[in-house]
Amino acid sequence: MLTIIPQLLIGAADLAAAFLFLYGLKRMSSPVTAPSGIFVAGLGMVVAILASFLYAFDVTTEARPFLATNIGLAFVALVVGGGAAWWSGRKVAMTAMPQMVALYNGMGGGAAGAIAAVELFGGKSQGATQLIVTLAGALIGAVSLSGSLIAWGKLDGVINKPLRFKGQQLVNGLVFMATLVVGGYLVFAVEAGAAPLIATPDLIYLFFALALVFGILMTLPIGGADMPVVISVYNAFTGLAVGLEGFVLQNPALMIAGMVVGAAGLLLTLLMAKAMNRSVSNILFTNFGAVTKQKQGDIKGSLKPAAAGDAGIFMRYVKEVIIVPGYGLAVAQGQQKLYEFVKLLQSADVTVKFAIHRVAGRMPGQMDVLLAEAGVPYDLIFQLDDINDEFANADVALVIGANDVVNPAARTDKSSPIFGMPILNADKAKKVFVVKRGEGKGYAGIQNAPFYGDNCDMVYGDAQAVLIKMIEAVRSLGLSAAA
Amino acid sequence: MDFSISISGFVALYIFMLAGFAGWVIIGHVPAILHTPLMSGSNFVHGIVVVGGIFALLNASTTLEQAIGFFAVLLGAGNAAGGYAVTDRMLAMFQTSEHQPAHAKSGRAKALHPKKG
Repeated sequence: MLTIIPQLLIGAADLAAAFLFLYGLKRMSSPVTAPSGIFVAGLGMVVAILASFLYAFDVTTEARPFLATNIGLAFVALVVGGGAAWWSGRKVAMTAMPQMVALYNGMGGGAAGAIAAVELFGGKSQGATQLIVTLAGALIGAVSLSGSLIAWGKLDGVINKPLRFKGQQLVNGLVFMATLVVGGYLVFAVEAGAAPLIATPDLIYLFFALALVFGILMTLPIGGADMPVVISVYNAFTGLAVGLEGFVLQNPALMIAGMVVGAAGLLLTLLMAKAMNRSVSNILFTNFGAVTKQKQGDIKGSLKPAAAGDAGIFMRYVKEVIIVPGYGLAVAQGQQKLYEFVKLLQSADVTVKFAIHRVAGRMPGQMDVLLAEAGVPYDLIFQLDDINDEFANADVALVIGANDVVNPAARTDKSSPIFGMPILNADKAKKVFVVKRGEGKGYAGIQNAPFYGDNCDMVYGDAQAVLIKMIEAVRSLGLSAAA
Repeated sequence: MDFSISISGFVALYIFMLAGFAGWVIIGHVPAILHTPLMSGSNFVHGIVVVGGIFALLNASTTLEQAIGFFAVLLGAGNAAGGYAVTDRMLAMFQTSEHQPAHAKSGRAKALHPKKG
């Protein structure tokens, strides 16, 4: 029997945590208040974790002999798991952020699945509702775990190619159905009194195995360009699983936090899908990028290479430059040099703006973070809807390491895999410079007609190297003018 | 006296519904520029699952349960700590005065962006 004081303390701590999470997320609505927001949420987490050790006052009679060991194990797990993740989170490069977020998310899904497993193996679920909810949380958590791990592998470059084969949808569907059947049978058998839950470990193993396999199968065929959506889907999944296990454990803090994240993930998923003009099911269940139609014959003109220095000097003497950064910039670690170049242009009275496509990068908004890392003030950064009309007035559009988000095929070519996707109108600028490592295609694997246009010059090379040359060219100009 | 919480049936659905709406509305107000920190921040929030892991582990009575419970706490702690670390790092960058530490005075930082470098 739990003494009343610890019980009240746990209740109060969890209530405080739920409030602090909501308040903390609320503060994320502006870059000014956001850092304090995550700090507030962090306080909530610390309070909840400390209070959770008070559960030790009310463990079940069977667990009592193990209590000392269990407390020790909990401490070790907290320190090891938390410490390792903290250390990795502190030192990971900003460009590698998406895979880290995917990894941490998978861990959350795994934790929810593991809680469900303890409940199931211990035969602790009472009643059909609780059993069904436990199983649902287990399924979603396990899918989130294995799916996030595959997403991590893809983003990290461990898994390079989307794995696709004929009849894949059918196989995935069968695995999913099999998982449901095993889960359904468990509920049925236990409720009919045929076997107590604790006597069915083989079925529970099978259930988890199928769920994990489904997560892997579901994620493998999804291409890299769709990863932002996938990360956000799995974030929502983990939230949902945590919320469901919160119900099983009768913990309202888990229910609230899980559901809030579930809603957040859903919202972000829909926003991303909208930015690509595709439905979520289309992203998850069809093979994007598999269509690599070569339509090169339709493109007129030729690629005109230009020297980096010339391009830099050109921009020095115009009124307005809009920069379209893409993942190529991040890969080349060129953000710092880019901002240096921007500051040079600004000091020569050139108006510089950044145009960011929502799907630039490997997770929603990643490009904003990379620019912030370089110190670019966020009032220079514009989203597609706010800046797209301005390209027509801009003297130069500088496209760095971005392909698909400026490809007008999305406007006109119905056969293009990105048809209908809102794109940045970089091609409408008076002059376009495209910084690119080579003549390769973008993530979607399609040709880019505007690169062949009359107003477009290609500056080949690694983004950072190119930017250094541009900076040097503009600097030398300034010096000779001063002399 | 019994203070233990019992959430069942429709009460649970009420909580889920209200939390879902709260999440939707709160997140809907976050500007696109903050979507990456938001995602890792909400990722951090579901790290609260570690509390459930601790509950499960403390109540474990077989080696199998202990092992899975340990795993649950380990992963949950990783989720929470990692999520916090990356979110905090990212948000610190959005501050424009570079010499300022991560969240000291962050709420006060009114002088936002120096227009020109």
